[in-house]
Amino acid sequence: MAYQFSFEAIASNWELLARGVALTVVLTAIGSFVGIIIGTVGAVSRAWTLPLLSQVFTVYIECVRNTPFLVQLYFIFFGLPALGVKLNGWEASVLTMVINLGAYSTEIIRAGVMSIPKGLLEAAESLAMNRWQALRYVVLRPALKNVWPALCSQIVIVMLGSSVCSQIAAQELTYAANLIQTQTFRAFEIYLTSTLLYLMLAVLVRKCLNQIGMRFIERRKA
Amino acid sequence: MQLICVDELHKSFGDLEVLKGVSFSVKEGEVVAIIGRSGSGKSTLLRVLNGLESFGDGIVNIDGKRVSGLKADLIPLRLKVGMVFQQFNLFPHLTAGENVMLAPKVVKKESREHVTELAMEMLERVGLADKFNAYPDQLSGGQQQRVAIARALAMRPKVLLCDEITSALDPELVDEVLEVVQRLAADGMTLIMVTHEMRFAREVGDTLIFMHQGKVHEMGAPEELFTRPQTPELASFVKSVL
Amino acid sequence: MIQFTLWDIVSHLLIGMGWTVGLSFAAFILGSTAGMVMLFARISPNPLLRQLAKIYIEFFQGTPLLMQLFLLFFGLALMGIDISALATALIGLTLFTSAYLAEIWRGCVESLPFGQWEASASLAMNRWQQMRYVIIPQAVRISLPPTVGFSVQVVKGTAVTSIIGFMEITKTGTMIANATFKPMLVYGLVAIGYFLICFPLSAFARRVERRSYATYMR
Ligand SMILES: Nc1ncnc2c1ncn2[C@@H]1O[C@H](COP(=O)(O)OP(=O)(O)O)[C@@H](O)[C@H]1O
Ligand SMILES: [Mg+2]
Repeated sequence: MAYQFSFEAIASNWELLARGVALTVVLTAIGSFVGIIIGTVGAVSRAWTLPLLSQVFTVYIECVRNTPFLVQLYFIFFGLPALGVKLNGWEASVLTMVINLGAYSTEIIRAGVMSIPKGLLEAAESLAMNRWQALRYVVLRPALKNVWPALCSQIVIVMLGSSVCSQIAAQELTYAANLIQTQTFRAFEIYLTSTLLYLMLAVLVRKCLNQIGMRFIERRKA
Repeated sequence: MQLICVDELHKSFGDLEVLKGVSFSVKEGEVVAIIGRSGSGKSTLLRVLNGLESFGDGIVNIDGKRVSGLKADLIPLRLKVGMVFQQFNLFPHLTAGENVMLAPKVVKKESREHVTELAMEMLERVGLADKFNAYPDQLSGGQQQRVAIARALAMRPKVLLCDEITSALDPELVDEVLEVVQRLAADGMTLIMVTHEMRFAREVGDTLIFMHQGKVHEMGAPEELFTRPQTPELASFVKSVL
Repeated sequence: MIQFTLWDIVSHLLIGMGWTVGLSFAAFILGSTAGMVMLFARISPNPLLRQLAKIYIEFFQGTPLLMQLFLLFFGLALMGIDISALATALIGLTLFTSAYLAEIWRGCVESLPFGQWEASASLAMNRWQQMRYVIIPQAVRISLPPTVGFSVQVVKGTAVTSIIGFMEITKTGTMIANATFKPMLVYGLVAIGYFLICFPLSAFARRVERRSYATYMR
């Protein structure tokens, strides 16, 4: 083949890529953290069918699950200013990540809450615990533990999906790649590199999340 | 003094009437063994006493207070009535010690030092002081059930309800659990036990209740009932289990 | 400036929606076929084949769809192949779909008790017969809900192809939004378009899941 591969352009722009990687990680971290909190609230209100709140969450989840991330992003970034809500690319990306991970975590954590055997709840009740105490001390941790692998997979999927945030100029990894591409015209090399960076990120994020799961959720030494 | 007084208790699940007017009473320190065929309403009765099930007609009095079925009264009721389940129901994410400490800590808001001491004492009482830091899945069924007993005792209940607590155990593990219960009985704990261990019911029980089709069919001293059953139902039940 | 009536907007979006549905459908059919091949490779007794399939799946599950499309587009261009946005979108989504479906189906096959393999082996079936008569028929039943569920991901994935210039509903929406200065309305309508395609699929997936759970409990 006549084409000469050249990765020099990438090497000289490594700082841009590193910054892109960092921002993708930050985006994912914020999305996961806030998303899991929303997910926990949603899961409990749906599992207990709290009036109003559980319906609100049902509608929210269906809206998020049945529309593409990119369209949500455009709606928030381009559409919301009509309502006076002006967000920059980064803020809109963070918001969309949170909204998505909130919806998916709700579904996943709810499955975890439902997976707790009824007997455990009765044991908590028989020890004079109220609903909140039972939730806080008996249900939540085993529930999260049961669904933690599913939650990790979802976080990785959404992180990879966040690549489209480049479209509204959020300066994450894909944005950096696009920028270098337009400056150097080394399209294949730069996209290959950033693809591999994503692959590494996916592996590392999964590893980290597993560690977090063991450390904070399982919380036991072998 | 009567600790528990149940009068004409009725309970239905939909159209199915499970308890059809149950009456009996239990004195402080008394050990009551309940026997009967599967489906006769034994578990339901215990669950009503612990507020895990609501009930229809009838009066249930525990420690001088009438059980109302109001949500607000559930916690005070359960502070007096402990329960041990057939399936142990230990909290899998907590060690044996933490299982015992949890409710005193979060429900009674007792201090950390105090509940640690308490848990140690309770685990000692069931012979498992050395398993304080073991997780439930590292314990045998018999040990798990003993931890469950310690967990219930840590709340200092006035009465302990035991629903077939040895039924899920391998035969060789039954005795270690029964020994613990026997010691509790000797220490003056009020006990209501649903059991299939007839020898145990006979030797440890002060009173035997034979439930049949949602009613107390016969009640009296165990020795008396086993040797001279008054009804053909009890006679055939005794024959079938001996 | 040209004046757009609401009907103008909607009718253009409907055309884009047609492309979205068509692309999703084609990618799903082709992706299932390729996914079946990947599944057989992934659970084959040949370790090399297994490893290759594993790498394939991990690559497509571990990288963004957008990057896959870029690589495909620019990679083929390097080889001197000029490729349309539609072809890039179709090939890219097919590969993406095949990897996910192969992994979903592997989970279903492996969730069958090992006794099923042993029992069929004890009846002197060869591997192909075991698959054909014992494993696949059971796996298909449990795989229906997650497979239908994944079809929603395929539909949503088609939105990403707008970035490489394929004129499906999102791309159409972007152009109309730019022309009309009504992004809120247009993207709202685009979102409704996706919802109308995806919600029935999600609902159906949930229903078959409940039903298969019910038969399982029986
Ligand atoms: N939650 C419930 N809903 C409907 N029926 C129940 C429920 N719990 C128990 N029953 C029915 O009540 C009857 C008595 O059950 P139970 O008290 O468990 O009997 P026992 O413990 O003596 O075997 C049985 O026929 C059982 O099927
Ligand atoms: Mg029972």
